Amino acid sequence: MKTLRRALPAFVVGAVLLATWQGWVTTFDIPPFLVPSPLLVLKTLVNDWPVLGGALLVTLKVTFLSLLCAVVLGVAVAFAFVQSRWIESAFFPYAVLLQVTPIVAIAPLIIIWVQSPTLSLVICATIVAIFPVIANTTLGLRSVNPGLANLFRMHRASRWQTLIRLRVPSALPYFFGGLRIASGLALIGAVVAEFVAGTGGTGTGLAYQILQAGYQLNIPRMFAALALIAATGVLLFLLMGALSRWALGGWHESVLRPGEGSG
Amino acid sequence: MSVVEIRAAEKTYSNGVRALLPVDLTVGAGEFVTLLGPSGCGKSTLLNMVAGLLAPSAGSVRVADGQRVSFVFQEATLMPWARVADNVRLPLDLTGVGGEAASQRVNEALRLVGLEKFAQARPRELSGGMQMRASIARSLVTEPSLLLMDEPFGALDEITRNRLDDELLRLRRERNLTVLFVTHSIHEAVYLSDRVIVMAVRPGRVVDEIAVVPSVARSDAFRVSTEFAAIAKRLQDALLAASSHADEALA
Repeated sequence: MKTLRRALPAFVVGAVLLATWQGWVTTFDIPPFLVPSPLLVLKTLVNDWPVLGGALLVTLKVTFLSLLCAVVLGVAVAFAFVQSRWIESAFFPYAVLLQVTPIVAIAPLIIIWVQSPTLSLVICATIVAIFPVIANTTLGLRSVNPGLANLFRMHRASRWQTLIRLRVPSALPYFFGGLRIASGLALIGAVVAEFVAGTGGTGTGLAYQILQAGYQLNIPRMFAALALIAATGVLLFLLMGALSRWALGGWHESVLRPGEGSG
Repeated sequence: MSVVEIRAAEKTYSNGVRALLPVDLTVGAGEFVTLLGPSGCGKSTLLNMVAGLLAPSAGSVRVADGQRVSFVFQEATLMPWARVADNVRLPLDLTGVGGEAASQRVNEALRLVGLEKFAQARPRELSGGMQMRASIARSLVTEPSLLLMDEPFGALDEITRNRLDDELLRLRRERNLTVLFVTHSIHEAVYLSDRVIVMAVRPGRVVDEIAVVPSVARSDAFRVSTEFAAIAKRLQDALLAASSHADEALA
């Protein structure tokens, strides 16, 4: 109930915007190949679902696979970084390099090199999504309360005990912050990579549908595909938020409601 | 029998700052010794050396064999993600004490500090004083013989602090603890200690040592007695004398 009430303003704004859009298109008789009305987009979404639904599944598959790869590889790299400053200073610049290289520039190469279309898209999207996981997890693993670190030292805790019982729990809030950013980036990476691959004729995801719809001036379908991508992004964001609340529930400031924390 | 023996221990940092001039100090078994002084006098440095967290630049710091040492920090330093009982259990987990024996010791430690009803609470659900109690329970769970405390009650309000002072004295009696205590509060030093080591800044050093042997039991009555005031005044004079010398040296 509380959650509903908090979400209400956003829903009101959305409803008003959609109604204005619909009213504008009907009043001025805007042709659908320029701007389709929200109702037409919804109708297209339902009618074209066999095509769009399949495309959505492909895009979702690439997004989740790349997010998984980004998390597994990113966390592994972060663990390696905190084991020694030497490893970090040797490899961190290359992680940054990965981050600042535009994916549209390297995607064609990857698509040429890698035979499997799905795999090539996953690699592209992983490259886009991995940096926040690496950076945040590394920061988190280092952000240990110095008093607790001393306590572990005094009790002669092993490296492993310190990692599992102290560093990992301390890093969780940072990790989930990174995960939230990475989930959005994985979707963007999946769509962008498919745009590049789509021209090569290998894609069947939402980005490919947008390209095709553009060629055919099927603007309502283009909008329907866009709406699906946007909805996916929002759902991913909510999902990561829920995951973070579940994991940090009850102890971290970021997931406590005002007034719930200790005075 | 001495529990802690400090022989000409000093600390100079690599940038040349002398944090602590050579100190000699012996703490006997069952004794309550307080290091009293303003910020920067090296009292925490000295305590960290005894704890083995810091090595002296010269001299030696020795803790007698067979002593079980526990450290209570300035802040409660609890793990926010773990429940109170799991926080208290941590030292046992780290040293490989498990099972029923561990649970019993955790319950016993929680009972000693009056937190048995809060075993399943998260640290953030506790008040500052209760968090400090949990921290003390964690230090007691290993059944220490030597307790090192670094301004443990400094962040608490006076009423809570006085109550915890009393609890500390009771625990010390019941457990026959040797305590090395750091504070900048003259009143706390008088109330708790058998012996007060007075320290001064620039450079950090020991300037005086005053025994506290009250003729009455330590209680609220002792806090407002003339005897208490007299000892507090001696300590204050010693601190002031040391700081005026330092100011002259600076001028």
